Amino acid sequence: MIGMDEKLSFFKDGVRLDGRRSDELRPIKIEVGVLARADGSCYMEMGDNRVIAAVYGPREVHPRHLQEVTRAIVRYRYNMASFSVEERKRPGPDRRSNEVSKVSREALEPVVLTSYFPKSVVDIFVEVLQADAGTRTAGINAASVALADAGIPMKSLISSCAAGKVDGEIVLDPMKIEDNLGEADVPIAMTPGGDITLLQMDGRLTKDELKRAVDLAKAGCRQIYEIQRKVLVDRYSHMEPEICDEAVAMAGEEI
Amino acid sequence: MDRMDRNVVVPGDLLSDDPKTAGEGTYVKDGKVFSLLYGMASSYKDKVRVIPLAGKYVPLPGDTVVGVVQDIVFSNWIININSPYEGLLHISELPRKIEMNEMSKYLRIGSTAMIRVKDVDSTMKVELTMNDRRLGILTRGRVAEISPTRVPRLIGKGGSMINMLKKELNCNIFVGQNGRIWVDGQDDDMDLALRTILIIEKEAHTTGLTDRIMDFLRVEKEARS
Repeated sequence: MIGMDEKLSFFKDGVRLDGRRSDELRPIKIEVGVLARADGSCYMEMGDNRVIAAVYGPREVHPRHLQEVTRAIVRYRYNMASFSVEERKRPGPDRRSNEVSKVSREALEPVVLTSYFPKSVVDIFVEVLQADAGTRTAGINAASVALADAGIPMKSLISSCAAGKVDGEIVLDPMKIEDNLGEADVPIAMTPGGDITLLQMDGRLTKDELKRAVDLAKAGCRQIYEIQRKVLVDRYSHMEPEICDEAVAMAGEEI
Repeated sequence: MDRMDRNVVVPGDLLSDDPKTAGEGTYVKDGKVFSLLYGMASSYKDKVRVIPLAGKYVPLPGDTVVGVVQDIVFSNWIININSPYEGLLHISELPRKIEMNEMSKYLRIGSTAMIRVKDVDSTMKVELTMNDRRLGILTRGRVAEISPTRVPRLIGKGGSMINMLKKELNCNIFVGQNGRIWVDGQDDDMDLALRTILIIEKEAHTTGLTDRIMDFLRVEKEARS
């Protein structure tokens, strides 16, 4: 481990410690439909982050008093596995995961058409299997793909990624060492149209630096969106277009 | 960002610049039509629409479904219709008049029945009926469950797939809109029917499925005899 007092350089020969440029994302891998019991699911790797998202619903609300008469409610549970970090994490919800759950839910809720399913609930569960800074952004990305996989009507997908500041420079998608020892971390989530649904900041940035960080993170989100979209489209790459024309009206007429 | 060249769309994909063409599974924003769902885009009667690849069954009046009795309450049966919303079948909706204390004689908890959705109100109260010759309690046969979005594929264009299955398998098959399928026939025919239905669900999005199912049935039947 590198001590805090030691003068540490986050750059070597113009690149970051893991060989990335300052505007480069970590490698991303997405798999859709990994869970048989969930209505929609997604496994995602963003660098060394590994998360799995499961979506259930729309389904009946339990407990009943949470039910909304005119719309569906969205519940989001972010949970870190006890083995996801170096030092064992005490299992169960804590202050941090409650906060992450809340902001993640609020990042996704604006695009979900809750009015289509009154009196129901859409449950999203995100489990962090391995953490390496930016788990909330990975969780939101995975949850957005899982929502689409579950057939939930949405205005668009949501993409999320962070920007940080290390050695006085703004970098995209900070990894663990940059996040822990860096000067700032700015996670954002946005729609492909550029509407921001999540914006947090940990650390200190000047007005100008924040603007640059948000712009950089936005560019990262756009790259992630293309990957999310490609994974979903490729899943059904060989389609039969003619079947979906009139057949819908036919159902139920056959006895 | 026009993505109509590819057939599979994700939520937020631009489908058309003409708001008049907005069909099912789409929404209009700033005079443009976007997809609301992850599914297949298609044009149908000057409309663009998106057929979902997954999703829950939402009851609509007129749908015929296969339901399972969940509970019996004061003069109503509460029916599970494989949906986020439960259905209510009132005692008066049975073809003949029955007394309230006799309700469980006809439909007990766990009983299966072919039911029609009579009405759905804005609070998603689903009223069901069995008052039709073609509806009734299912005492024989078996029930399979598939995704409601695959129901059109199982029926096929003009009923081609389902009619082929009925003919080849000597089974009576009823496809409920809610994705529950009732099959009745001889035991080994039913076995094969249920297996075939699950194959159709899994391969619903592939080309030439009806022909492949036909071949599959032929091979299976030869192996049996």
